[in-house]
Formats: sequence, structure tokens, C-alpha cells
Amino acid sequence: MSQTVTKKLMLFFPRCECEKPIIYHLVKDHNLIVNVYRAKVTPDEEGYLVLDVTGTEEDIQQGMTFVKTFNVSVNYTGKGVTLDEEHCTHCGHCITHCPTEALHITNRATREVAFNEAKCIECLACIRVCPFGACSSAF
Amino acid sequence: MKTYEQINNRIESGKAVVLTADEIIDYVEKKGLATAAKEVDVVTTATFGPMCSSGCVLNFGHSKPKIRMSEAWVQDVLVYTGLAAVDVYLGATQLRHSDPANMDHPGEFRYGGGHVMEDLVAGKTLQLFGLSYGTDCYPLREIRTYFTIGDLNQAIMLNPRNCYQNYNVAINDSQRSIYTYMGTLEPDRKNASYCSAGQLSPLLNDPYYETIGVGTRVWMAGAHGHVYAEGTQHAGGGARTPDGIPKGGAGTLALTADMKQMRQEFVRGMSFRGYGVSLALGIGIPIPILNKDILKRTCVSDREILAPVVDYSTDYPQNTGKVLCHVNYEQLRSGEIEVEGRKVAVGSLSSYYKALEIAHLLADEIRRGDFRLVEPIAYLPKETTMKPLVIREKPL
Ligand code: SF4
Ligand code: SF4
Repeated sequence: MSQTVTKKLMLFFPRCECEKPIIYHLVKDHNLIVNVYRAKVTPDEEGYLVLDVTGTEEDIQQGMTFVKTFNVSVNYTGKGVTLDEEHCTHCGHCITHCPTEALHITNRATREVAFNEAKCIECLACIRVCPFGACSSAF
Repeated sequence: MKTYEQINNRIESGKAVVLTADEIIDYVEKKGLATAAKEVDVVTTATFGPMCSSGCVLNFGHSKPKIRMSEAWVQDVLVYTGLAAVDVYLGATQLRHSDPANMDHPGEFRYGGGHVMEDLVAGKTLQLFGLSYGTDCYPLREIRTYFTIGDLNQAIMLNPRNCYQNYNVAINDSQRSIYTYMGTLEPDRKNASYCSAGQLSPLLNDPYYETIGVGTRVWMAGAHGHVYAEGTQHAGGGARTPDGIPKGGAGTLALTADMKQMRQEFVRGMSFRGYGVSLALGIGIPIPILNKDILKRTCVSDREILAPVVDYSTDYPQNTGKVLCHVNYEQLRSGEIEVEGRKVAVGSLSSYYKALEIAHLLADEIRRGDFRLVEPIAYLPKETTMKPLVIREKPL
């Protein structure tokens, strides 16, 4: 069996696709292990879902092809939480509030702060505490 | 021994030796104090962080017909109009009209005075709304118009208190989250928050106010401004370490500069959940190396600077004066301090990264001959302490 990988994805469900048991099928029919970080249905009934999927490259590929048949868009790069580099002052205030060290100091000498997307579990603490509004969420 | 004039001559001829307050530490260690004092002309210090006691005077010029505004709002943020006809004062902590504040606790405080100041410096188009009772000389009773900083006659930052010499480390001793101007503090001492550039900070490099005084030219968000008075709550007389470093707030500066010369990246609106709005400002101050003693004091390092750890759930609000312990800035920068035997994660509100950037920008300006030093016309008091506000019965 080929090696398994974990990918972090953001899925966007347009109106009306929210009720279908898509995740169930990802697990059952495509052998994927799913770890959901955050899900939201907006008042317009559009849905957002940020999750990790673990499986073989092939299974993930097929799973995503299946997901796309529902008109759902799959985003591999633009995640739920983002750090706006232009707005970040590198004060470091968010760091004690970030549970996973996704926000961390990259350079001890200059105290530069960086965001490691892969470690972010989308708890949204940084959005609440950053005084400069540098952290934001796509939904 | 050097004089201001000699240093300025060297700056003019492009020969000045300028180092930042963090570079000077290693430099003096290598060269020795006596040699370094001869070689180095200026040490640059800097800070970037919340400076709540900030604001600006704006002059709009006169409309046709004229108005003497008795109430006014810029971007729906109330400004003070108890000045001449079209002068207003905009304060950094003023909330926007209709901001729900803490009605739905903790409030978000997304936009206020500090953000207006940032938008003004950024050159954005802002709304002015003014009301008046109307007079014979100023008949217009209502005005709504749009302007940018370029349309104003003056936009002068006028800050009663900036650059605190040292500052508290805030911690929460209670069992609920608290929302303060030092950020959100989790219950049971789960995190702490500090706010100083430490070894880069201006008044920590000149602890006895020997070179930074009234009239000193300062770098304010890119503009060249100056110290116009001692800052409010300036209290140089508090406890100090044997090396003279204040162990608490101590000195402050009142600063002013032309906002038209400022850069947005150093004038930043701030929102503190559950508390309110403020302004973060970048300031750089050069210290002329007039003699060995002044040089020695600029070599202060994070390890030697102590900050008081204060409980913001009871001791700070109730003004008890209690300090849990002191920690140094080296410990604070490590991200973890120890308070009464327990480890506490600590974060900063002041940006060392930006302070470092400012110290280098100022050093470059001085090396290029674009920034000359000014000798103070008066010195800041060293002995004063801070008076409390006494709540008294009405005198008979
Ligand atoms: S709190 Fe905001 S501005 Fe400060 S380092 Fe974190 S993201 Fe950047
Ligand atoms: S959302 Fe949570 S985990 Fe992600 S960066 Fe912000 S604080 Fe860290």
C-alpha cells in the first residue's frame, strides 16, 4: 500500500449543498481519515469547512474529485485563518494565546513573528487578541 | 568629553559614528569604555508600542460661510472643539459614535481615535461632521464634508504622555478572564503581558535624563519632532536599581511632530477586546555620547532592567500599589517568567522588531546628515513622585 499523507483543506459549499453527507462518503467510500477543525454555515446557507484529510495521494485525489461533483470548491492554500504580514507589527502579543505555536518567533534577535499555517487549528484566539487586526478568518 | 556642537559638526561632515542601543553593548565590551566614548558620537534608542495619551490638533481652514464648530466628529469619532473656530483635538482613545463599547461584553472596539489618526497619516479621505449654534461672525450651523491630510492647514500630533521609561508586567490573579489595556489576561496567572522595548527604550538608556529633555529632537513615526514638556505622570523619583534603572514606570515624555511627515506603518490604531481603542506609535531618540558616563548608561542590557509584575484583577484597579515580584527583560523576552514559583507564559504589546527597525532608520538618517541633535533647553525633573487623586467630601 502506498504511503499516506495529511492535507489541510478548506471546502466551500455553495447554497443547498450543505445538507449532503459529503464527509460521510469521504470516510466510507474513499478511506480517508478526516479531522475537522472548523465548520460554519452562513445565514445565506453557504458552508465553510476546514479540515485535515489523511489517506493515500490517490484516495485524496479521488475524494476531492467526488467532492467537486457537488459544486464544492476545494482550496489547498487559502486557509480559514490568515496573517496579514503588512499589518503585523511583530509585537508577539498573540503568541501566548496561540495553543499550537502556529504563531511563533522566527528570529530570536529581531523578534520577528511568523505564522505556520500547517500548525494552525483554527481556534481563532489570535483574531480576538491581536490589537492590530492582523489576523483574520475567511469565514 | 564632546559637545553637541562637535557632534553636530561630525554629523554634518558625514563622519559621525552612530550605533543602536543594542549594538553599543557588544561594541563597548570589545573596545572598552574609554576608547568607545571617544569614537562613538550617537547611540540611537527607539520604541514602538501603545501610547494611549496621544492625539492631534487639526486645523480645517474656513468654509464659506464660516462655522465655529461647537461639536464635531471625524469619521464619527468625537473631537474636542473647545478651541478656536476650526481647530479640533482628536484623542487616540476616543470611541466611535454608537460603538456599543462593552454592552455585549467583551466589546470589540474596532475603530476609534487611534484608527482615525492612522487613516489620516495614510492619506485616506475622511469625513468631518460639525455642528454649531451659529453666531454673527460664524453663521453656518452644520457642516458635512470630506478631506485628506493634504487639505488641512495643520495636522500636529500633540501627545501629553509617551515613552514610559519602564512599565508593569500585567498578570491576572482572579478566576475569570479579564480584558485590559495590557490585553486579555487569562485566569489564574495563565499568561502575562509586558510593554517596553527594554534595552532599546529611550529613557532606559538615559535613566537620569542627562540628554533627553525639553527641546530634544525626536524621530516620531518618520517626522522630526521634539519633546515639548515632561510627560504627564512623569515621576523620576521612584525606586531604582543600584545602577539607576527605575524599577517601575518613572519618566515620561510629552512629544509633538508634524503628522504630514509621518509614515503609516509607525502610526497604528489598536483595538483591545473588552477595553477600548488606542494608538501604537514608533519613536526614536538619539543620545549624544557627551562623556563616558552617558555612554556607560546606554550599555544597559535587558538582564539589568527590572519590571514589576502586577495583578490587574485587583491590585491595579484598586490602586493598592502591591507588586508581586520583579522580573528582568531577558526573562520576559524568553517568553516565560517565574512568578512565586510558577512558570507563566508572557507576551509583549510593544514591538521590539519595530523598535529595532526605528533605531536603525534613525541611525541611518544621522549618518546621512539628515538628522541633527538639539541640546535640551530645560531638563526633566529627577525627584518628583506621582500624586494620587484623593476622593474628598465636599469642603464646607
Ligand atoms: S498580536 Fe497581531 S500584530 Fe502582534 S505579532 Fe501577533 S499577529 Fe502580529
Ligand atoms: S487560530 Fe488559533 S491555532 Fe491558529 S494561529 Fe490563531 S491562535 Fe494559533
